Parts: sequence; structure tokens; C-alpha cells
Amino acid sequence: MKLIVAIIQPFRLEEVKQSLYEAEVQLITVSEVLGHGRQGGATEVYRGNRETGNLLRKIRLEIAVNDDFVDRTVRAIVAGAKTGELGDGKIFVYNLEECIRIRTEEKGTLAIG
Amino acid sequence: MISNANNAWVLISAALIMFMTVPALGLFYGGLVKKKNVLSLMMQSFVCLLVVSLLWVLVGYSLAFSPGELIPGVLGDFRWTLLNGISPLDPSPYVVSDPKGPVSHLTFIIFQCMFAVITPAVISGAFAERMKFSAFLMFSVLWLFVVYIPLAHMAWSVHGVFAQQGLMDFAGGTVVEINSGFSALAGALVLGKRRNLKPLPPHDLTYTAMGAAMLWFGWFGFNAGSGLAADGLAASAFLATNTAAAAAGLAWALLDWFLQKKPTLLGAVTGAVAGLVVITPAAGYVSVGGALVLGLTAGAVCYWFVVHLKGRFGYDDSLDAFGVHGVAGVLGTLGVGLLATPFITAPFGMNGGKGYAGVFEGNPAAFALQLEATFTSIVVAFFGTLAVFALVQATIGLRVTEKEEAMGLDITQHNEKAYTLIE
Repeated sequence: MKLIVAIIQPFRLEEVKQSLYEAEVQLITVSEVLGHGRQGGATEVYRGNRETGNLLRKIRLEIAVNDDFVDRTVRAIVAGAKTGELGDGKIFVYNLEECIRIRTEEKGTLAIG
Repeated sequence: MISNANNAWVLISAALIMFMTVPALGLFYGGLVKKKNVLSLMMQSFVCLLVVSLLWVLVGYSLAFSPGELIPGVLGDFRWTLLNGISPLDPSPYVVSDPKGPVSHLTFIIFQCMFAVITPAVISGAFAERMKFSAFLMFSVLWLFVVYIPLAHMAWSVHGVFAQQGLMDFAGGTVVEINSGFSALAGALVLGKRRNLKPLPPHDLTYTAMGAAMLWFGWFGFNAGSGLAADGLAASAFLATNTAAAAAGLAWALLDWFLQKKPTLLGAVTGAVAGLVVITPAAGYVSVGGALVLGLTAGAVCYWFVVHLKGRFGYDDSLDAFGVHGVAGVLGTLGVGLLATPFITAPFGMNGGKGYAGVFEGNPAAFALQLEATFTSIVVAFFGTLAVFALVQATIGLRVTEKEEAMGLDITQHNEKAYTLIE
């Protein structure tokens, strides 16, 4: 089992969801986060005060999958999120120790799908 | 004989000015601070409405506007304590453009009350995010008597030292704007900077924009009500107010665009407020062309002051109460000495029938008086506020602790917070 965490541009969320559904990946957790990568932070101006390095709004996806779903999930995220510009984000893949479905108390690969 | 038409307009104007303090100023300021301090700013405005309203009917109005001379030219007496003996049928002893149609004396009292309410609330912007609530409360009570009431008496009351000489201060360029601006500067200097390394960005500029729009709306009462009549002078002041605000807001936004690359909403609304401030002393004395000149000047000068000059001084006037109200207040009070034209005021028989003229209409003496009143107001506001702050500091202290400042004033001063994250 793997946990896939992706940081993407907020304006690509709908495309990523669409391509995940097309890849039959239907379980997803989404949160709004702040951060920046190599594109650097934004410059904002308030009454002439220039504020550099402000953190940018990003979307963080968390998807737990069985091993045979990892490739297609990653491909779907890339397909949805990629614009070719700085700031498109990153995908992290972690090993996942355990997964328990609260409703049925099923464990492991059964609980993920 | 009371004019019911005039009375209706001035009562509505009083309500419009109340709306400027709460919610307009609370929103304007509240949006500019951190999430953890938004309630403290709204509370400071609200408590001005609560406390000053009571002090005003107790003794404030009497000291400011009664014909007594506790200190000749500066302070009235206690004859109207709790509005003693003032009947609803009594005509106001104060008239401006329609001497034959006075409003009820009680109408004048509540109208003036709202000016006294909003002025300390404007000052609160300079103290944002670091002053104890108890200190602000003590400040606003003392300051009303030490600074506001003497200045209101000097500029507007029957025996006022400047009123008697024919000072042009239609709606409070000295009493409200210079006063709040220079009091804010004195307060910011004594209080010191916020500890937060990064006071920006504002937590919600939509509040600030809404607050500015409501201030503009309320300012029609502030300025067009100050002729105390529902007549042509009210219409003229109304138009001058709208014109100056529009010109200053546009000037600031365009300067942003040319010099900072983008036009900002915060710049446009800040400029508009500067325009409303600058036209306050002048609204009933200048033509619409004069209002346009004043508005453009205020937009440009306040922009230059806030964006370029303020940073070099190193004081923390958190929300630019001085940079907008102090600077534009001086510009307006001096500007009306240049631009006043009897074309506006003579038809109403004002100033003995000859109307009010400024330097450009051949009356250089007008400018000298405006200058003297400006200087006096600055001195009274600045040093009066220093004295009040010294007293508050010596008794209960001014600032919250470092930890309280970091946690925010909402939770540490009021035990509540504005927003929840979950449910």
C-alpha cells in the first residue's frame, strides 16, 4: 500500500479530479495549503509597502492506493496538473503501514479500495 | 420657529454619521489588521459610540456649545448638564445657511454628538494591534475633555475664539480631521511599534472596501448636514463631497498604477477617504471646481506621504490615521482659505451677506486665520494627547504584554475570536 501526496496548483484541481476519475481512482482527500517551490513567493503591495516572499495558495491531495494503482494514479495527477510552468507542484509516494476502514473495521488492501 | 424640513435632514444626517463609526470605521480598520485583532478594532469604534454618547448628554455638549465661559473662547460651562431645560420645541441656537429655519436644539445636540463619537474612533487606527482595551477606554474619556471639547468650542461655539473671527471649518477639518490625525501621531509615537515583524498583509480587504464605501455614504450626512438645513447649500456640499472623494480615489489608484505597476483596491479606497477628509472643512464654501482641486491634491499628497515619506520616519501609525486624516485635514483647512468663493455662500446671506472668500477671491486674511487655527489645533491635539497618554501610562499602562500581542487582542482583551476554523 502506498500513500500518494501531491501539491498542485489550485486552478488545476478540477482537471486532476477529472483525470483521476477517468483512471478509476475515486478516493481522495483535498486540503488548501500555503507554500512555494522554485518559482518563489508572490509580491504583494499594500499602500506602497512591497511584501515579497508571500506564500502561495496550493492544493494538497492525499490518495491511499494499493501497489498496482500507484502508476496510474501518478500518471493521472501529472496529466491533470501539468502546465509546463514553474509552480506545477510535486508528487510524493510513501509506504503505507496500515489502513482501517472505520465503518467495517476492514484492514489493509481490502480497506483501501 | 423650527423648520421641520431642515430638522428631518439633520436628523437623518446624524444617523448617517453614526453609521460612519459603526460599522463603517470598524470594517475599514478591521479588515486591515490580522485575523486575531479584528474584533478589537471593531470594539474600539463601538465603545466610542457607547461612551461618548453618554458623556455628551451628561456634560460634553454643555461644555462644548453652551454660551458659558469657563475658559473664555475655549470652554463653555455646565448649564446644560443632562440637557437641563432644553425643550424639544426650542430652536437650535446654532444656524448656518438658513437662520429663519433652525432645527430643534435637540437635533443639533445629537448631530454634534456623532462628530464627538467618530473622532476618537478614527484615532484608534494608530493604536491598532497593541493597546490595552482598558487603556483605550481611559484614553477616550479623558481625551474627549482635554482635546475634543476645547477644539469643538473654539471652532464652532458661539463664543469660540476662532468661530468669532470667521474661521471656515464647515464640517470639522480642525475639530475632527486635524485633531484625530495629530492625536493619532502623538499616540503612535508614545505607544511604539508593533512587535510583529510582518504586520502585512491585511486579513480581509473586502471589509476595508465595504467600510470605505459606507464611510463615503455616511460622509454625505457629515458634510451636507453641516449647513443645518435641507437647502441648496446642502446640495452644494453634497456634490463637493462626492467630487473630492472621486478625484482623490482616482488619483491614488492611478499613482499606484504608474509607480507601483498595478492599481490597487486598497489605494483607491484610501484615496477616496483622503478626498472625503480634505473636503470636510471646505464642503460648504467651495465650488465643485474647488472640490476637484482639493480632491486631486489630497489623493496625490497623501499618496506621497503614506507610500514614500512615512517609512523614513519609523513610527508605526498602523492604519494611517495620521497619513490620511492629519495630512488631508491640514490640506483641506488651508485649502479652503485659498479656494472659498462667495458665489456659494453669499446667496444664503452667510458672513453678514457677503459670503466667505478665500485668497483667490481677494481675501488673504482668510488664509492667515485658517493657518492660525490649523496650528492651534495641531498643538492642542498633539500635546493634549501626549498629556492624556502620560496619565494613562502612569496609572494603568498603555500596551498589552509581548505575549498578549502575539496571541492577539481579540482573545486576550475580549475573550473571543472572530473566526472559527472548524464549525
